Amino acid sequence: MSEKPKLAMYWAASCGGCEISVLNIGDKILIVDEVFDLAFFPCIADFKHHDVEGYEDGYIDVCLFNGAIRTSDNEEMAKLLRKKSKVLVAYGSCAYEGCIPALSNLTTKDETFNTVYYENQTIDNPNRVVPQVETQVPEGTLTLPSFYNTVKSLDQVVDVDYYLPGCPPEPEQIWAVLEIVVNALLNDGPLPPAGSIVGAGNVAVCEECPLDKNVKTITQFYRPYEIQPEPGLCLLEQGLICVGPATRSGCGALCPQVGMGCRGCYGPLEGVDDQGAKMLSAIASVVGVGDSTDDEFELEEMIDNVMDSLADPSGTFYRFSMAHSLLERVKANGNGTNGGEVK
Amino acid sequence: MSEKVGVYVCHCGTNIAGVVDVEEVSNWAGEQPNVVCSRDYKFMCSSLGQELIEEDIKEHGLTRIVVAACSPHMHEKTFRGATERGGLNPYLFEMANIREHNSWATTDKAAATHKAKALVNGAVERVVHHQPLEPIPVEINPATLVVGGGIAGISAALELADAGNHVYLVEREPSIGGHMAQLDKTFPTLDCSACILTPKMVDVEQHPNITLYSWSEVENISGYIGNFNVTVRKKARYVIEELCTGCGICEEKCPRKVVDEVFEAGLAQRKAIYTPFPQAVPKYPVLDPPNCTYFERGKCKACQILCPTGAIDFEQEDELLEFPVGNVILATGYDLFDSNRIPQYGYGHLANVFTSLEFERMVNASGPTDGKIVLRDGESVPQSVAIVHCVGSRDNNYHEYCSKVCCMYSLKFAHLVHERIPEAEVYNFYIDIRTPGKGYEEFYNRLLEEGTHFIRGRVADVTDAARLPGEEGKLIVQAEDTLIGKQRRIPVDMVILSAGMEARHDSQDVSLMFGMGCDFDGFFTERHPKLDPVATMTEGIFIAGACQGPKDIPDSVAQGAAAAARVAGLVNQETVMMEPVRASINKETCSGCRLCNDLCPYNAIVFHEDQKLSEVITALCQGCGTCVAACPSSAINGAHFTNEQVFSEIEGILWDVMEHQAVPA
Ligand SMILES: Cc1cc2nc3c(=O)[nH]c(=O)nc-3n(C[C@H](O)[C@H](O)[C@H](O)COP(=O)(O)OP(=O)(O)OC[C@H]3O[C@@H](n4cnc5c(N)ncnc54)[C@H](O)[C@@H]3O)c2cc1C
Ligand code: SF4
Ligand code: SF4
Repeated sequence: MSEKPKLAMYWAASCGGCEISVLNIGDKILIVDEVFDLAFFPCIADFKHHDVEGYEDGYIDVCLFNGAIRTSDNEEMAKLLRKKSKVLVAYGSCAYEGCIPALSNLTTKDETFNTVYYENQTIDNPNRVVPQVETQVPEGTLTLPSFYNTVKSLDQVVDVDYYLPGCPPEPEQIWAVLEIVVNALLNDGPLPPAGSIVGAGNVAVCEECPLDKNVKTITQFYRPYEIQPEPGLCLLEQGLICVGPATRSGCGALCPQVGMGCRGCYGPLEGVDDQGAKMLSAIASVVGVGDSTDDEFELEEMIDNVMDSLADPSGTFYRFSMAHSLLERVKANGNGTNGGEVK
Repeated sequence: MSEKVGVYVCHCGTNIAGVVDVEEVSNWAGEQPNVVCSRDYKFMCSSLGQELIEEDIKEHGLTRIVVAACSPHMHEKTFRGATERGGLNPYLFEMANIREHNSWATTDKAAATHKAKALVNGAVERVVHHQPLEPIPVEINPATLVVGGGIAGISAALELADAGNHVYLVEREPSIGGHMAQLDKTFPTLDCSACILTPKMVDVEQHPNITLYSWSEVENISGYIGNFNVTVRKKARYVIEELCTGCGICEEKCPRKVVDEVFEAGLAQRKAIYTPFPQAVPKYPVLDPPNCTYFERGKCKACQILCPTGAIDFEQEDELLEFPVGNVILATGYDLFDSNRIPQYGYGHLANVFTSLEFERMVNASGPTDGKIVLRDGESVPQSVAIVHCVGSRDNNYHEYCSKVCCMYSLKFAHLVHERIPEAEVYNFYIDIRTPGKGYEEFYNRLLEEGTHFIRGRVADVTDAARLPGEEGKLIVQAEDTLIGKQRRIPVDMVILSAGMEARHDSQDVSLMFGMGCDFDGFFTERHPKLDPVATMTEGIFIAGACQGPKDIPDSVAQGAAAAARVAGLVNQETVMMEPVRASINKETCSGCRLCNDLCPYNAIVFHEDQKLSEVITALCQGCGTCVAACPSSAINGAHFTNEQVFSEIEGILWDVMEHQAVPA
């Protein structure tokens, strides 16, 4: 029996949902098992760091890397797996574009630690203990990975072959991609050009969304719990933020169909450098109050009032793409730190 | 991508070279990636400068051109032409503005030179991403819409019609003529206004190439240069034009009188069915339902019963007429400043304070007093008259601008008072006398000899509260005489307020309907204040006369003719080439979300329900980019303003601070 191709899956700064999504492909997982040997998959099998270190370069055929780069350990693993893998896939939104972890690029490491270790309501930390990179104990020095100020996407630390978007990716899409890979490995089938986004469409989510779409003018924004959306009608028109028009299709528009605006997890479309800015610009364009005969200052106020009803714009529009956006992160000035840019 | 870019840095004499080290900029540019040839030259716009570009394209095989010079408004066309003559697509050219944006904005040579480099670098980085574009040919419908039948609109219509082009002239009032029809004599020559105007009005009426819609307004306009579609509301006159002979019996017999606020400026009455003045064009009367006894109480019908041709039709309704035109000339004129806004001048509560237009009607031989100058009682002849200049003009509380015609017509009024009441004293209160124009200063000198008293000072108020002997029963005009530095109180019988010209009350609505701009004062904005005074920023829409700013009759006529010449030029060409800098929607990536559907200020975006796709109608698009910015899927592309082009320009400009920043750890 010839050697089976090797599969790896690793989690960096992630929630674990991506591994579950792989297991969620149903009985197709048996085919995966049949086709591949697992080389590394800490979530489901016991492998150690030194196992991977021991592999020859390029030993792993496909590595599904999920999670963002939050710590020095994440970065080290990314570099190691890059070296050991023929094909490295940024799997899921965190690896692709930073996702929820990268929202902490709106603040700093110190602020994050403050919240997590001191100020959180459920924290009781009278000795103000926080993680240290090095700690001296009688037995010697203990080390922990260092926690970065800025969360990065996988491709900001290593070269990436493919991107598989989604938070997490949808089962059919995962299987479709695995099929291409399997076919390439077993039958010399064609692979998409390096750098491609795989397992997603090229048109916006609206294309897949069955809700009725009309000309849009928004006079007030609502959060999902505030109103009961009228069924069958585009949510955005009803003032419920839906990032569908700024997001790649591929998910089947699952969220809008159950009354929850698209959050944007499949990332921006081809040609968009900044999904958040794009959506904000779109939304701002359809705020429909007053007209050009109104007094300029009153008009401005009317528009401001509408925009004020939009909660947490940066968290809403950059929910998944902060690390990869043109913004990347906020400057630390005025952010509770000593000023100057975060290094 | 490897392009061969040629960079040309213009000295513009000393305009640029006096502040920017052009040689240094050109040398530096020559070292930048993709740049294969870089020069500085005294005047790039000269034919020698343009030839440089043409020759270099041939000799060095240049594929992209950058000229760093003045504003693209000035010379983009020039250099696109040179690029094209050199054998390249004209859009493979980019201009960096190092004059208006740089050398004219600072005297700091080092900073200006640094900025010039940044601007040049931005242009170089951008131009390599340029794509060849082809202009879009559009056929021009030879018919023209002229809106407003004052002297400006009449002049434009006649010029075009005489040249063999069809004109639709739409006038809101029952008759054409505008303000000029209300005037008596016109400065500085004092020829009778009606005598020179009415022949032109008759020409309009009889011209085979002019379709006149009076008592009508434009209700809607859509389309673009060469292909506008106009909807005109022809308001019901309640008179069947085909039957009416203009005999005037209806007007004579109508029992109902109302104050004529429009033509007679409130100084006289008219009937409920009326023609505003005897020489009105067209001659058909208009019935005014709110003031008509029949409409009010269901009986009367005097006009209908007595009309010899049965031309009165109480059932008549507004008609909507639709027709295509290729170009539009707006000549909607001005409103007179409302003197009620300055209560201290007494208009409205002091009977013998008159507005200038009231006075024009009064001195008019065919006006309500047959040309006699009398007080409000209709009989007493004033023995002293004060004429107050600059009412509502040159006053920060009202209009900052000078209305341009008031000094001259105030002098005209002084002359007419001397002429009709030789014994009367006339006082002109002025801030400055402004008489630029052919024969105008001479007219002023003539008045100085006629014995007018000129008092230099802004009038503080007009009152009937007598304080000193000789003031009882008079109007007292108070002003500081700035030449002698004294407060003066002049008792007079009559005061005339020389109210200024202001934009039509509805000028903003009109500018919105026609998709062009107006300034803060409401006057329509010309494309260029000096070099393109009758065109607007919207292609195919022209302006003429006082709707563009205060002006007198000769200037209004000149603008009318100029606008007509511009239109005739376009009509002659039959097709025009439109800029290809427009938006387009990629069918493959449009998801039909409809976010863009209501955004286009030119209504260029349509939604195809069957395909669930939006589309930009190319000819309607003006390339403003609104939809491009709004499309969250990047399915809309703005030609010549692609993301790549804009971002590389920004990065190029920021060359010294860019150094692509790695994400901080
Ligand atoms: C008291 C006074 C005295 C003057 N005396 C002189 C003088 O002696 N010599 C001189 O050279 N100048 C004089 N002027 C200036 C002169 O009146 C103007 O220069 C001239 O009338 C401007 O012509 P116009 O066609 O631009 O505007 P207007 O005369 O205002 O004509 C505009 C026309 O457009 C019509 N219109 C407006 N809006 C619309 C619409 N939306 N749709 C359809 N139709 C519309 C109006 O009904 C009007 O008929 C005087 C001005 C004043 C106030
Ligand atoms: S019907 Fe009206 S318009 Fe005719 S005569 Fe009577 S009041 Fe005048
Ligand atoms: S760019 Fe878009 S919004 Fe602007 S004119 Fe063209 S179609 Fe209309």
